[in-house]
Parts: sequence; structure tokens; C-alpha cells
Amino acid sequence: MPEILAVTDLSVDYVLERGDVRAVDDVSFTLDRGEFLGIVGESGCGKSTLLFAVAQLLTPPAQITTGRVTFQGANLVGLTDKQLAAIRWKDMSVVMQSAMNALNPVKSIGAQFKDVLEAHGKPSKQEVRERSAQVLRMVGIDPVHLKSYPHQLSGGMRQRSMIAMAMLFTPDLIIMDEPTSALDVVAQRALMLQIKELQREYGFAVIFVTHDMSLVSHFSDRMMVMYAGQIDELGSTKAIFAHPRHPYTKGLFEAFPSIRGPKTQLRGIPGNPPDLNSPPHGCRFNPRCPHAVDLCFETVPDLYQLNGTLVRCLRVADGSIDQ
Amino acid sequence: MRYVLRRLGFFVLTMWAALTLNFLLPHLMPGNPAQTMLSKFRGELNPGELHSLEVLFGLNTNQDIFQQYISYVHQLLTGNLGISLSEYPKTVSSVIGSAIWWTLGLVGVTTVLAFLLGTFIGIVSAWRRGSWLDSIVPPVFVVTSALPYFLVGIVLLLVFGITLKWFPSEGAYYVTTDTPGFNLTFVQDVINHAILPAMALLITLIGTWILTMRNTMITTLAEDYVRMARAKGLPGWRIMLDYAARNAILPNLTGFAMSLGFVVSGAILIEDVFNYPGVGFMLLSAVDNEDYPLMQGLFLLITVAVLVAILIADVLTALLDPRTRETQ
Amino acid sequence: MTSALVAPTPTRIPAGHAFARIFRAVTSNRKATVGTVLLLMFILIALFPGVIAHDSPSLDNYKPGLGFSTAHLLGTNSFGQDLWAQVIYGTRSMLEIAFIVGAATTAIAVLIGVAAAYLGGLWDGSLNVLTDVLLVIPIFPLLIVIAGYARGDSTWVLITSITVTSWSYTARQLRSQALTLRNRDFLEAARVRGERRLYVIVVEIIPTMTSLIVASFLTNALYAIIFSSGLQFIGLGDPNTVSWGTTLYWAQSEAALQTGMPWWALAPGICIALLGTAFALLNYAFDEIGNPALRPVRKRDPARKRGPARERGPVRKAERNA
Repeated sequence: MPEILAVTDLSVDYVLERGDVRAVDDVSFTLDRGEFLGIVGESGCGKSTLLFAVAQLLTPPAQITTGRVTFQGANLVGLTDKQLAAIRWKDMSVVMQSAMNALNPVKSIGAQFKDVLEAHGKPSKQEVRERSAQVLRMVGIDPVHLKSYPHQLSGGMRQRSMIAMAMLFTPDLIIMDEPTSALDVVAQRALMLQIKELQREYGFAVIFVTHDMSLVSHFSDRMMVMYAGQIDELGSTKAIFAHPRHPYTKGLFEAFPSIRGPKTQLRGIPGNPPDLNSPPHGCRFNPRCPHAVDLCFETVPDLYQLNGTLVRCLRVADGSIDQ
Repeated sequence: MRYVLRRLGFFVLTMWAALTLNFLLPHLMPGNPAQTMLSKFRGELNPGELHSLEVLFGLNTNQDIFQQYISYVHQLLTGNLGISLSEYPKTVSSVIGSAIWWTLGLVGVTTVLAFLLGTFIGIVSAWRRGSWLDSIVPPVFVVTSALPYFLVGIVLLLVFGITLKWFPSEGAYYVTTDTPGFNLTFVQDVINHAILPAMALLITLIGTWILTMRNTMITTLAEDYVRMARAKGLPGWRIMLDYAARNAILPNLTGFAMSLGFVVSGAILIEDVFNYPGVGFMLLSAVDNEDYPLMQGLFLLITVAVLVAILIADVLTALLDPRTRETQ
Repeated sequence: MTSALVAPTPTRIPAGHAFARIFRAVTSNRKATVGTVLLLMFILIALFPGVIAHDSPSLDNYKPGLGFSTAHLLGTNSFGQDLWAQVIYGTRSMLEIAFIVGAATTAIAVLIGVAAAYLGGLWDGSLNVLTDVLLVIPIFPLLIVIAGYARGDSTWVLITSITVTSWSYTARQLRSQALTLRNRDFLEAARVRGERRLYVIVVEIIPTMTSLIVASFLTNALYAIIFSSGLQFIGLGDPNTVSWGTTLYWAQSEAALQTGMPWWALAPGICIALLGTAFALLNYAFDEIGNPALRPVRKRDPARKRGPARERGPVRKAERNA
């Protein structure tokens, strides 16, 4: 069974005094062993919330209201921290956006590695030292830095040490929330290559959230485009890049220049993402969609299958949009 | 250690400011109170004592104000705080010496207790947001932190000291029957007498600390590294203490030390309510008796104590927070 | 997290709008409501003391040491004065001190804090040193020494000395916020328009800091109450005025507790506590309103059924060959 993760009908609400806001709406997808899934979308589309929901790391007022997250056969939703502790980090680990914020500023890197190792077993001091040095070397950092504090390392080193920490138990799934956003382009590429190499060698699956389309195109097997808390397009990266179907996806592609292609007019997507307090009636993209018709304002489109890709668009589904 | 040096520099600067303030105040007040005091006691002092007082208050008409200021600082640095007028012929230093232990005991123990208890309750209350503990903590302690110190003292005195007669209602020990020293009755009586004032101080102090600690802790708990700690499957107590509390406490350390000024204020008032013979009580009698040298000496002492505490807190922050040790 | 749900950063708001927001905030927050009610009650008492207490506080030909009765709601003190009158009439003095010192101290704090932040450089440095030094020197003992020299002739000595010494805490907070505002866009716009520095400070920066300024006022008023009542209690206020602190002083010197007149001390003490609590509650509520993270958390049961399902389109799986 190659499938290790199955998210089914997952919805996340922010429970606020003035009413609940749905940040993730009815999201479903699966992930196979060793697969690299990229999730893209604008700021505020819910991708980070989705990530935290999958990892069961939401904090009030955010809450999973419906759905299941089946990881290695068990549903994670509703389990307590204690019950989750067994699989946490050993089978699923997390890499966050800013290592400066994700690492405890008053503990050395080595001490933070030690905390994790000791939380999941009774390793000897020797074992702790060896494993910590080993994972650091995996990402190209000299183990002498185990003694360093987070603020003493460069941005790139910090990010890589987070990845090293995520590898401590060589888990089956690593969830990454924009791990390269805080880096310059050169460090970004180096980090991505590192991640891919580790993936090749150790065979873990990756869910990678980013707003950078170029990273998704180069490094992911499958990709998911999110908008206003919903999946708008989901399928193999090659297929989507060759043939983007959803108007939003097409709009995103047109906003990124291609180095090799012909010179085309760069176009942004007019308008702003919707206020999730009161999303638009019908399809949430209709205020900004160049192809919207009356039907789009009345009916909420479901996800339609089209040649292996899921697309949330009424007009794509019934063929009324020119491909 | 540039950080510590900088704090040391600030310490010296503030000490200097306090000294100078002490010197200038009598000159700034209408009616030249220092001169009045001197004239009143002139007949009873010997020339040496008279001179030291003149230096202390800058009343030497032969020198200009700057020269007087220099002599003042010089005299202080040699430890000469003058003669106490209400306890003549004792020096101010010796008079203070007799009272300081009572205040140190009362304030010292209470402050440490308030800090430990307050921090703990604040941490736990923030950790268990939405629990019954968290819903009663803020309102209860907002009220207690706004209570005037003397009210708590008065209520405790009335209820437990006078009505129920569980504890003595004044003094540090039974002056007439106890002999000071390490005998059991004395120690027992000292503790007995200290309980009410200590409780009063504790009740009023603990509120602010609990609330500050709770608020910092809440903000810290929202940090990414706490979420990461959860993601790593670390046990709850370790996240609460090692990842959250350690970081939450740092910005508060200096704040706690600075609130010592308020602790001192509270101690003065409570000592007044309970006639507890500490430094605060002494300051008030000095004011009543117009014993200016003693007033000045006590003020300087109190300021030094607070400043030293702040310096200690600064050093502690440097030790606990590796970020401050960086020389970049 | 999703930016659609991030708390809005302070932007310019017109004054009328601000009032409506404040009103809504006060009524929705329990602490704010209690605090406001208490404060209003005391203000009313201070404005119309004669309506509530029929005696003048200086009237002293009653029998001393009386207990509760309909003629003397709180009894009388050892001088033969009606205690209820003492407490009611004392309200005005305490409120005057709280508001005057609160306002004056806040004004100084705003001036120094914003000036330090905006002028920067040497000005900032020296004002900072001044603020920090005053922050660290214990204020109450300093006030005692000052009052000791001045022999507490009038309440104005009290007001002035407290104002002059206790602005540093709020000045620091105001400076911090002013610093973060310095480079905001709307200030750049004003600079580009060519407005003078003073204009920018008064018309653009200060209105944006309104909530912190109000919070500072509440803090300073609270400290004014604590310090002034403390000073009066130990006898350094004007002993001839009718104020809660001075009433306490007389109670203490006449050994009220020990001679069976506990309410002589308890009544003004409780009033001080209530007024202080009012300001403290308002202050705390303000904190919660400004920082949503501190608000009480509503725990929701995830197993509870959701409300009616949202509008959905028909489930269709269109198969279409490209």
C-alpha cells in the first residue's frame, strides 16, 4: 500500500466571538510514500492552516470541525497530545518557515536535538551525540555547531539545522511550511537541492507549502493550488504546468515570467482574495475571474475530475471554457 | 560582558543621581528646612558633629554650592551619614543598622515567596487557558493588585490581630518580656509577629506578578518554537517549563526587580500599620521628628538596595539569556 | 497564519468612529463595564455629596464612638464627626487628585516619550537616561522625603510632587509605541507633503496613539490614588482636608481599630480599594481590547454537530476528454 496519508473532507474553523470563519473548506487529498506534494496559493488562502491541521498543531481559536486525517492507517483528528506523541517526529516531522522563530532561543541546537531524542526513547549520551552529529552532517553542517545557539548561526544554516532536526528519526513524512521564504535565492536553491537529495536517499514523503511557483515546478511530483480555503486544482505537476485549467491557476502562471519562453505580457490577477467572513456567493473566485458567468455566482462548484486532475470550475467541467 | 558593564554604569549613574537629589532637595524646598533644623540643634552638638551636618546639607556659608557638593560626596563615600538627631548621640549608620534586619527579613522573605508563588501560578494559569483556574485568576488578582497596601494590613490586623487575637498586633517581638538572641521563645515570637505583616505584603504584591507572568507566558505560548516543541512530541511539562516559561520569564526579571520600589513602599506602609520596627517605620518617625540626617540616610539606603537588586536581575538575565552575551 | 484574520495594525481613525468603538468595547467587556460603573458612581458622589450625606464632615458635636444607626450610617469617630459624611465628602478630594495627577503625569509622559522617539539622537539618549533613572529610584521613599521637607502644607504639594516623579513608566511605553509608528506610511506621506515636525507629531502621531494614551492615563491615575492615599495615611498630606487618606490617618492616630471604631479605618480604605479597582479593571480591559490574544478563551467541543450545511452545488463528476 503506497499511500501513507489520506486527508478526507477536512475543514478548519476559526472560532471567533463574531462568528466562525472557515479557513480550510472540505479539503481532500492523498499522499503516497516518497511523494513530493507542493501546495501553492496566495497569502491567506489557508495553506499554512491546512498544514498545521494535518500535523494536529492547531491552537485555539482554530479548530478542526470535520474530516479525517488518516496517517499510516490511523485517524489523527481528535487524538490528544499524549496519544500523538508516539508518532510525532518519529513518523511525521515538521519544518517551519522561520528557523529563528521555530528554535528555542535560549537552548543550544544540540540541547534541542537531545530533547527530541530523549522524548522518544532512552538513548545514551553517546547515542545522542552520534545521532545529532550524523544528521547535521547530512545537511552539510559541521557538528561543532551543536553547541551553538540559534542566533549564532546564519539564516541558511539555521534552516538546514531545522531540516537536520526533522531527520532525526528519518520519518515517513516531513511537512514543510515555506522553509525557504526567509532565504535569498542562492541559499534557497541550495536548500531545495539538499531536501531533494535527502528525499532520494531516505525515501520520505514531503508536503511543501509555498507561494513560489518556480519551486513547485522544479521540485514537486504533484501540486495543489489553494484559493480561499479550497482546493482549486490538484494533480501531477507536469500535467498542470503543461495544461493549467482553472482560471486562477492560469492567472498565477501568467504572473510569472518564463526565462526561456517567448516574451509575453505579464498579467496579474485583478482584485483581492475574499474576506473569509463573508465569501462570495457561488464560486469564490468569481469577482476576479475573467470567465465568470451567471451560473458561477449561484452555484458553488465541486471538484471535477478531468484527465487525472481535479479542477474546481463549472465552466471547465462542462467544457464551456476554451482550453 | 559589555551588557553587564553597561548595567553597572547605569547603576553608578543612578546612585549619583540619588545622591545629588538628596543634596539638592533641602535647598529646593521653600523655607530652608535644613537651616531651621540646624539652628534648633546647634546648641546640643559638638563641633565635629556640627560640621558633618553642615557638609551633609550644604550649609557651610564659606563655600559655594559646588564645593559643598564635593565635600558632601566625599563625606558620603567615607561612610559618614551624619548624626541622628532623634537618637542623639548615635550615628545614622548605627541607628539604621538596628532596624535593617527586621525589614530585610520581612521584605526579603515575602518578596522571594511572592516571586516564586506568583510566577508559578502565572505560568500554570496561562498554560491551562480556559480552565477554572484561568478564569478566576485575572479578576481576583486585578482586584488584589489595586488594593492599597495599608488596607490589606488594616483588615488583617483587625480580623486576626484584634478580633480573633490569633496573632500579636504590633511590634517585632514582645519587647518587655523577650530577650533577643537565639532562644526558642524569642524566635517563636519573632515569627508570630511577622506573620500578619508578611501576609499583608504578600497578598498585595503577588497580584501584579501573577498577571505579568501570565500575560508574557500567553504571548510566549503563541510562539513558533512552542508549536515546534509540540510537533516534536515533547512531554507537556518540558514544553511548559523549558520552552515557554524560560523564555517568558526573561523580560520579566528586570521588571520584577524594578517593582522592588513598590515592595519598599508597601513595606513602609505595612510597618506603619503594625508598628514593625523596620527601616520603613524608622523613616516615618524620622520625618515626624524632623530628623533630616536620618531621613536622608534611609533614603540613600533604600535606593542602594533597590539598585543592587536590579543589578542582580540584570546579571541573571545575562546568565539566562544567551542572546545578551553576544558582543556584536 | 492566514492574513485575512490578522488583527488590524493601528491606522488613522476619525474621532467619532473612535468613540463608537470605545463604547462598544466597554459594553462588551465585563471588566470594562464593572470598572466604568464604579467610576461613574464615585464621580456622581463627588459631584453631589450633599445629596447623599446630610451632615457636613466638619460638624463635630455628635457623641463620639457611636455605632451604626439611621442617623449615622457608619457611626461617629472619636471627634464626634459623622463617618458617613467623612467618607462621602472625601470622595471629591481623591477624585480630584486622581484626575489631575493622572492627566498631568500623562501629559508629561506623552511629551517626553514622543519627543524622545521622534527627535532621536542626543535628545532621545538624554531623555532616556532621565526616564530610566527616575524609573529606578524608589518613588514612594522619595515622596516621603520631599513631603518631609515641605511639611505637607497643602494638597498641591502632594499633587505636584507625585506628578513630577511618577511619569517615567508610562513615558517609556509611549516612547516604544511612538518609535514603531515613526516610519509608517501615513507619516511618510505627511513628510512628503512638507508638513512641519510639530504638525506631524500633534496631528498624526498622537491621535494614532490614543488607546495607549488612555491606558497611560488609567495607569497614572491608579498610581496617583495609591501614592497620595499612602502619603496622606502616614500624615504627610494636609491633615485638615477631608480626604480618604487623611481620614485613615486620623483613624490610625486615634487607634480606631483598638478602640472599637473599626469602620473609621475600613470605610475610607474600602473606598480607596474600590476606586483603585475601577481604574485597574479599566486598564486591564483596555489591554484585552488591544491585544486579542489575552481575551478569555472560549473552549468549543469539537464533537458538537455543526449548524446547517452551507450552500453547495450538485455533486457532478464531469468526464471530458481533452
